[in-house]
Amino acid sequence: MKKYVIHMCVSILLLAGFSYGESEWMDTLSDAGVELHGFLDYSYGTRTQTDPYEDDRSLNELRLQLDSVWYHDLFTAQIKADLIYDELAANRDDIDLETGQGFLDLRQANVMFSPLLWMDVKIGRQTLTWGTGDLVFINDMFPKDWRSFFLGRDTEYLKAPSDALYVSLFPSFVNIDIVYTPRFDADRYINGERISYWNGVEMVGQNSILDTELPDEWFNDDEIAVRLYRNFTGYELAVYGYNGFWKSPAGMDPTTGKWIFPKLSVYGASARGPLGNGIVNLEAGYYDSVDDRRGDDPFINNSEIRFLVGYEQEAAKNFTVGVQYYLESMMDYGSFVRSIEAVGMSTDTIRDQNRHTFTLRMTWMLMNQNLILSCFTRYSPSDSDAYIKPVVTYKISDHWKATVGGNIFCGNDNYTFLGQFEDNSNVYVSLRLSY
Amino acid sequence: MRRIIVAMMMAAIVGMTASVHAAELTVDEIVAKANDVSYYAGDDGRAEVSMKLSDGRSRDFVILRKDVPGGLDQMFYVYFKDPSDVRKMSFLVHKRPAESDDRWLFLPALNLVKRIAPGDKRTSFVGSDFLYEDVSGRGLQEDKHELFETTDSQYIVKNVPKTPSSVEFSSYKVWIDKDTFMPRKAEYFDKNQKLYRRILSNKIKVIQNYPTALEQVVEDVARGTSTTSNFSKVEYDVGLNDRIFTERFLRRPPREVTQ
Repeated sequence: MKKYVIHMCVSILLLAGFSYGESEWMDTLSDAGVELHGFLDYSYGTRTQTDPYEDDRSLNELRLQLDSVWYHDLFTAQIKADLIYDELAANRDDIDLETGQGFLDLRQANVMFSPLLWMDVKIGRQTLTWGTGDLVFINDMFPKDWRSFFLGRDTEYLKAPSDALYVSLFPSFVNIDIVYTPRFDADRYINGERISYWNGVEMVGQNSILDTELPDEWFNDDEIAVRLYRNFTGYELAVYGYNGFWKSPAGMDPTTGKWIFPKLSVYGASARGPLGNGIVNLEAGYYDSVDDRRGDDPFINNSEIRFLVGYEQEAAKNFTVGVQYYLESMMDYGSFVRSIEAVGMSTDTIRDQNRHTFTLRMTWMLMNQNLILSCFTRYSPSDSDAYIKPVVTYKISDHWKATVGGNIFCGNDNYTFLGQFEDNSNVYVSLRLSY
Repeated sequence: MRRIIVAMMMAAIVGMTASVHAAELTVDEIVAKANDVSYYAGDDGRAEVSMKLSDGRSRDFVILRKDVPGGLDQMFYVYFKDPSDVRKMSFLVHKRPAESDDRWLFLPALNLVKRIAPGDKRTSFVGSDFLYEDVSGRGLQEDKHELFETTDSQYIVKNVPKTPSSVEFSSYKVWIDKDTFMPRKAEYFDKNQKLYRRILSNKIKVIQNYPTALEQVVEDVARGTSTTSNFSKVEYDVGLNDRIFTERFLRRPPREVTQ
């Protein structure tokens, strides 16, 4: 405990140094093209009901982020790291940069340069995002941190970092992005440590931390993601390809009982552009579950077709509304059901073939955009479950920001995608000092 | 002595003819010239902007502009440097006065390029008293223009929106310098004809032959707030490449804004 207190004291002192920091050495750094910024953030959250398998508190953490960028003539280098005192963490000592465990979470550590006029290269730890959905990801196969998101950490933590080589090519006719990840980067998936979940049979949490077999062999368990895109008169069109693994556990090894990340390829396309007074987006993807192409392995996810259509419009001054319809449709559903029956498992709790989801986001900016009220709702009529995320952000000054929010889950059944998280519903507050 | 008087009279006559000549400009020509001076100086431009809001907040950014040849279309790239909630964000606009603009915002923390719905242009620009439309310009065809008054040095043009329901003002007047066609002041009147908003362009300096306001002040008279923008390192005809105004450079700010 003492050690953490010391960590945080040092951090706070550092921060104090920076925030008063039009100091000389900051100027010197800045003259050399180096920028140093970051924030200190305290967040506290509590469950709105008792979860038999989890702490009543959902968040209690102090986080210091240091973000430094060096703009050199030949390259740009960035390092961004969080020092965390997380009172609820099961393990604060052992740092695991992949899962974010421990008191250090390295968010960025990369170098970007342009070897040719029509080529950019970024190598190292980085955040990657593409695709058109709002909190719905079809062709964005980069790691997500649903744990952080559902606990109420800032949205930036929804994206877990990738350790990758990112090459962008810009010939005149199309733009090409190629991302090579030499060792599989999984999602920071729900594993029971902080959020209870349905394990296929019952609700579990800290009593049954998800045991996984992670593909982790360098250059063998690798991932490649490609995007080709271009703009046609205001409409952005893209095609995507991915070869790697399901990003969250999507199967089980019946011999070891461990959850696994089976092989996956994704092929998709998207379009986005103006329609009427708003922006419309369309995206689709085919999830080719390589290890279960016939769909008859009860222990591995079947292939799927995923489809998204969305529309966003400013409905009134400073008030924006976005709606989406999202479909996940399982291939070979009959084979899936038969395979479940064949191993003597119940089909009562299995998913539907078509999982329909609607989302609604409303954002209202008030008081010169210093007060932002937003609410994201995700509702699935086929699963009869929903997720509501209201967030109120108030920018007290250019340096101070306060946030109050919630993550509310509801559902008729424990075994549906959102319904399983019902006991994890929480509210949180956070206060942030940026420098 | 007489020679001097003759010379002065000559000068006065020449001056009068000049102003008579200028007065012959139609109001549409005047507003077109003023629009040109305000938003279209050179083929492209770069400026660093420091906005100070009366509540103590600030916004620091670099703005790049490039005109699309042969029309009024323009491209803007804005890179925010301060404060922290907007730092390293970049904002790209493909402005098409004849239709709605295409706008994208890059959120660095998520590495996300977000397309922004066209929306109301008369909403606050990054929380300041400036409106989005003050920064990128208002389509001339959206108002009816009337030469309200001519003084020795200025034209005063009254502008009435063709679609009154689309804006919060009933009219606005613009004071335009005769010699440079630089708009120096604009006053906006609400539906009760009451003054509620004022924009001032100060510290006019000729940069590369283009008169440039190095300070702009927006006063929200009704609410008692104001925002002052100071422009520095203003350059025109920089030779900005078209490719800066694409998704590539939204994701990785070009040297033109980071240095």
